[in-house]
Amino acid sequence: MARKLPSTDVVLVGFGWTGAIMGQQLTDAGLDVLAIERGSWRDTPTDFAPTFIQDELRYRYRGHLFEETARETVTFRNSADQEALPMRKLGSFLPGTGVGGSIVHWNGQTFRFLPYDFEIRTQTLARYGQTMVPDDLTIQDWGVTYDELEPYFTEFEALTGISGQAGNINGQKQPGGNPFEGKRSKPYPTPPMKQTYGPTLFAQAAKAEGMSPFPCPSANMSQAYTNPLGVTLGPCTYCGFCEKFACGNYSKASAQTTIIPVLMKKKNFTLRTECDVIKINLDSTGKRAVSVTYVDAQGEEYEQPADLIVVCSYITHNVHLLMTSGIGTQYDPQTGKGTLGKNYCYQLTPSVDVFFDDKILNPFVGAGALGMIVDDWNGDNFDHTGLGFIHGGYIGGYMTTGRPIETEMVPEGTPKWGKKWKQAFVKNYLTSMALALMGSTMPNRANYLDLDPTYRDVYGNPLMRMTYDFKQNDLKMQDFAMGKMTQIAQAMKPREIKKSPRGPHYDIDPYQSTHNTGGAIMGANPQESVLNRYLQHWDVPNLFVMGAGAFPHNSGYNPTETVSALALWSANAIRNTYLKNPGPLVQA
Amino acid sequence: MKSHLNRRSFLIAGASASVAVAAPAQAREIQGQEPWQPHQADAPDPVQSPNYLSFTAGEVAFVEAATERLIPADDLGPGAKACNVPLFIDHQLAGAYGRGQSWYMQGPWKKGEKTQGFQSRLGPADMYRAAIKAIDAHVSGKEVGKKFSDLAGDAQDALLSDMEKGTLTLDGVDTAAFFKLLLQNTKEGMFSDPIYGGNKDMAGWKMIGFPGARYDYRDWVDKHGQKYNLPPIGLKGGPGWNQKT
Repeated sequence: MARKLPSTDVVLVGFGWTGAIMGQQLTDAGLDVLAIERGSWRDTPTDFAPTFIQDELRYRYRGHLFEETARETVTFRNSADQEALPMRKLGSFLPGTGVGGSIVHWNGQTFRFLPYDFEIRTQTLARYGQTMVPDDLTIQDWGVTYDELEPYFTEFEALTGISGQAGNINGQKQPGGNPFEGKRSKPYPTPPMKQTYGPTLFAQAAKAEGMSPFPCPSANMSQAYTNPLGVTLGPCTYCGFCEKFACGNYSKASAQTTIIPVLMKKKNFTLRTECDVIKINLDSTGKRAVSVTYVDAQGEEYEQPADLIVVCSYITHNVHLLMTSGIGTQYDPQTGKGTLGKNYCYQLTPSVDVFFDDKILNPFVGAGALGMIVDDWNGDNFDHTGLGFIHGGYIGGYMTTGRPIETEMVPEGTPKWGKKWKQAFVKNYLTSMALALMGSTMPNRANYLDLDPTYRDVYGNPLMRMTYDFKQNDLKMQDFAMGKMTQIAQAMKPREIKKSPRGPHYDIDPYQSTHNTGGAIMGANPQESVLNRYLQHWDVPNLFVMGAGAFPHNSGYNPTETVSALALWSANAIRNTYLKNPGPLVQA
Repeated sequence: MKSHLNRRSFLIAGASASVAVAAPAQAREIQGQEPWQPHQADAPDPVQSPNYLSFTAGEVAFVEAATERLIPADDLGPGAKACNVPLFIDHQLAGAYGRGQSWYMQGPWKKGEKTQGFQSRLGPADMYRAAIKAIDAHVSGKEVGKKFSDLAGDAQDALLSDMEKGTLTLDGVDTAAFFKLLLQNTKEGMFSDPIYGGNKDMAGWKMIGFPGARYDYRDWVDKHGQKYNLPPIGLKGGPGWNQKT
């Protein structure tokens, strides 16, 4: 029998990045906020210290910062004619756990989705007509526009000190920035990072091919920066232990380096760690969330009541929690009815490796967002007429790391072991780099999330089941993008190149990205979405769900900045409208 | 071997032998402060013993032979055996990793599609044990009294190749899954920090020119095309830092 605790104003489920944002926003509004986090307290001096964080085995391969599948995972199949099996080890994606969640170990590659993304269905139909949007390509408008989110993109960039070169300020194109970006009201708060040799060569080649490279907007600080909360970040030291690792220098934007020092001191903020939320409880009408149930480290169950519940525990856990709590209607791919679990998407990340004989690139001089970007082939930035697919992705000439277990730069045809492997590995280690696509994936009727019929988690709840594969739009887009990457690669005049497309089927094993999206999507009406444009649940007005689960599709960019803008936009609606008159913010 | 300085167990236990400050009454509820205690850090556990902890002598023979074929000694530098890769693997298998402790190991267990990843009922330690036994039995079935480690290099390579391709079918063992694990662990043993028992004297890092645990390369950002000129260091520093063993 769960022990019932005294009520509070707000419960945040999870204390990662969106938990920190919402915690800061809602405590500022004067509310008593309780964050409940399944993992432990983690902070830079004790957990990410520069005396031991440079440990490829412990962090990248033993996953010390990541969630453990033993505790919670998903089952996976490519299509409904297969039986889903557990993702027994982490591979394709690496969700975090503990205070700060996944933003502790992100790269810091930071992009705003395009204006096109938010009105993708309307704009695609208008430009290309119905033939470009077949029935199974279930793209939807988001219910919010880029222009409405612009101030919140800007607020996020100020909060995190993003280092970059603006491309479009209030409609004025700026040299050296992204000419395709949505117009911004302010430049980036810090200048772009200085680039190393590899990204420089990439950018020279891309420019010579008529494309418009610009420095990756980076959450690895180009210089020391103090944010509006008064928290100071240090300059990035290009250590090469960025993505999949925490930063020991306070130079990667995260909950710990931008919000937590201020938030933790507030009298109206409380954090409970090592407590796993397993259910959101509704009242008998099903229209009001009354509490969450959580299990502590001893296995004791507690019921924590609250007036407002905000779910901040990463898309996979967020969607799973809604399912096991019985909130919403499960999507059925056969009928197309239901909204919970639909429009699950991911990221398509092929690469082209470039091998030089004579150019020493020093790959270990790296940072998660160190690189030059070509956005010419993303979104609707180019004419897709006759190409047979929509959207695209950005091409990155990054130099993030030279960590030797993960770095595998050997030419086409090299065996994976033995003398020939060793010779090729040594020969090419210092003088090669990868060009990579951050490719969008479009939603499809057949790709969705639901509950597994067989496998269970440690609490006896069914695991979430992921039915997902790359579809025709994705693979045609990839072919096209591989052509562009190859064009740039060859313009770099290497000794040789090696092409590594993904697919044809999505494989859960190799790491690709932690960019899972969809399943609890936002939209203009409850027939087509789980959340309204403020990330408020259509059925339960005192329940808000953060994260990339809200994305009706995934764009050709890393998701964090758009997740953040939506959270700040939602917080603003809660503070200025909802709290004055709790209830639905949008009439269904 | 868990370090008694592990802060997480300090918080859960509510007491510590090494810290004089009293633990907060509700160690898991944090309010009004960022928790911090002196002498607490989530530092790694270096390997303590130079001896094999989990491999039998027969398993040692297999692993020494097999890893040396995967990363052989040559004019570029020492191979897996000289870099203590077998010892690294042994120590990994003796701990939580060997038990597959962080992996979802519940049944039912099905073979699955190629895209569904690792589906074995056996954790790493059990997989090594079963695979080595089956492989050695397979070898002695063809040549009485011989094991994998008795074969000539070419014959070892051929067997490893068959495992890699999944064409070596042995009862009760997924040889392709075992090979994948072995190759991964071998590379880990060659290139992980020496505190874990492999990469002896940072030979793996020296071979490729990886500077190890260095953490500030700002002076090298603009040095386009220049070869980095400092030796590697590990989490425990470099060989020259320690006067005694």
